[in-house]
Amino acid sequence: MAKDFEPLNGQGKQAYVPPEQGAGGQIFDTIFLLVMIYCVLLLPLTLGITAGNTVVKKPETITWETLGQNKVMQAQWEKLGMTAEDASEYICTHFIYKIEPISLAFTAIVIIGYFVLVIYFAGKEYQEVINEKFQ
Amino acid sequence: MTDQNTTSTESAPEKRISLLTVLGPAHVWALGVGIVLVGEYMGYNFSIGKGGALGSLISCWFIGLLYTCVAMVDSEVSATVASAGGQYSQAKHIVGPLMAFNVGLYLVFAYTMLEAADALVVGDLMVEAAHDFGFAGLDPKPFVVFTIAILAWLNYRGVFMTLTVNFIITAVAFVAIFVLFFAAQGWTPGVALHHKELLTKLPYGWLGVVAAFQFAIWYYLGIEGTCQAAEEVRSVSRALPLGTITGMMTLLIAATVTWYCTTGLVPWEYLGVSIIPQYDAARAFGNPIVKFVMFIGTLFSSLASANGTISDAARAWFAMARDRYLPVWFGAVHPKYRTPYRSIVFLIPVAISFGFTGLLDQVITFSILSGLLGYTFMSINMFKFRRQWPLGTIRRGYVHPFHPFPAITLFLLCCVTYFATYLGYGMELLALMTFYIAASVWFHFHRYKYVKRGDQFTMAWPRPQGY
Repeated sequence: MAKDFEPLNGQGKQAYVPPEQGAGGQIFDTIFLLVMIYCVLLLPLTLGITAGNTVVKKPETITWETLGQNKVMQAQWEKLGMTAEDASEYICTHFIYKIEPISLAFTAIVIIGYFVLVIYFAGKEYQEVINEKFQ
Repeated sequence: MTDQNTTSTESAPEKRISLLTVLGPAHVWALGVGIVLVGEYMGYNFSIGKGGALGSLISCWFIGLLYTCVAMVDSEVSATVASAGGQYSQAKHIVGPLMAFNVGLYLVFAYTMLEAADALVVGDLMVEAAHDFGFAGLDPKPFVVFTIAILAWLNYRGVFMTLTVNFIITAVAFVAIFVLFFAAQGWTPGVALHHKELLTKLPYGWLGVVAAFQFAIWYYLGIEGTCQAAEEVRSVSRALPLGTITGMMTLLIAATVTWYCTTGLVPWEYLGVSIIPQYDAARAFGNPIVKFVMFIGTLFSSLASANGTISDAARAWFAMARDRYLPVWFGAVHPKYRTPYRSIVFLIPVAISFGFTGLLDQVITFSILSGLLGYTFMSINMFKFRRQWPLGTIRRGYVHPFHPFPAITLFLLCCVTYFATYLGYGMELLALMTFYIAASVWFHFHRYKYVKRGDQFTMAWPRPQGY
């Protein structure tokens, strides 16, 4: 970065002239972006790492009553083509909302740290933009 | 605003083929509502899964407040900075290139993942409908590919034709929502809608209500995409606010009616995981004509949404390439159709790959989180915008009232929604943050050297205060 950038604070300084990127460099950058998309976003999805955090707790005997369904609920399930056994897959699956202080703090630090760093480095770049624009 | 666009074009050293300025308020409405209306046909119902039916409704209202703040904050900035890329151009002029690069990526991934989700829903809808007609076991993947390929071709051919198609199919999908309401006699509880018997207490308590914020975003996500077309509208100061405001009103009505009808027909546990909730609600209602109308509504809303998202994602990618944030090859405009054709084609396989996973809740979570990062940026951006150019120092198309309260409210609601995502989808949140952090490092330490510094600021504004 330091080698490529020429300071432009004063009057009469030349504008920064970026290098031209050849076809090879453009192809490399494009492939790099695709690799990031597929490895960081798609791969965790397909490996099941990012799936919703749920648990299934079924009663020993499955009937509409043990599933806590009234007559209207039962009728609507049946209109959807479901038996009590089928419906139990939906009714007995619950999200686990466990707040773990360490993982919550880590997540918060990652998000806050991301914004702080992006705004800090963007600010440094912005100063260069403004210096060149208003020289 | 037109003058500012001209300035923007003239300041560029090389002569470019500009995008056509052919769009009116109706097209802007169609672009915004077309992207979002699918949120009333799928995805919103996952908030019911996370917090129960009533939890979803409460979170829908709070997220409505978040979007009201988005509309207030974004109207002021987008009515002053108008060019292709929307919030991306705002970040370029107010925060700096790295933030602009990130905002561009937020837009690309919010829309591309939504496009993937739309195609996934079309695939699942076709499979379910075929099953109802006795053809079980169809593979949804060919429908995913076909949907994206056809719509990408429409976008490749031209934005006017694309958004005209959107206008028609969005209107049909919007009307379809009310067909269910009238058919079920929504004004008379107990006839077909059984809220008294189907609505339960909050299954996860108030923590579930907070958790539901994550998918309640889906009721409205993408309405801010209207300003993506800023460079292609005939009158920015008229078409953008008019199209956006009428779009927001449309969505508020549609979201309320949707929740009311589906929760009165389908048990919340099923509704909370359904991929095609409107179609399922019609199945629970039992009328074949209504079922057909919901099939058409789901299909059309998904197509309209995918159509709009292909347009928006490609324009954001195109705008970044034009500024050298991405390889300049993507910044080409088609010599005949005047569309960003290379960007359109490049994003097709990405959308198809995610559509193939079949994991609708996770695909739309990527879209939601990218949107949420963008809203967080908007709240920070508003403070910087007012500080760098206080009122009276530049001509603003619109000045939003009560500053800084909308920006603060927006920021706080964004924080609550991050926490909501942590509840249940924490690993996915971290995966997405890893992607944006890695992309930021790549941009600042590698890609930025190709960026022409002075060209990043094209508005005829005075030097910002503090720089």
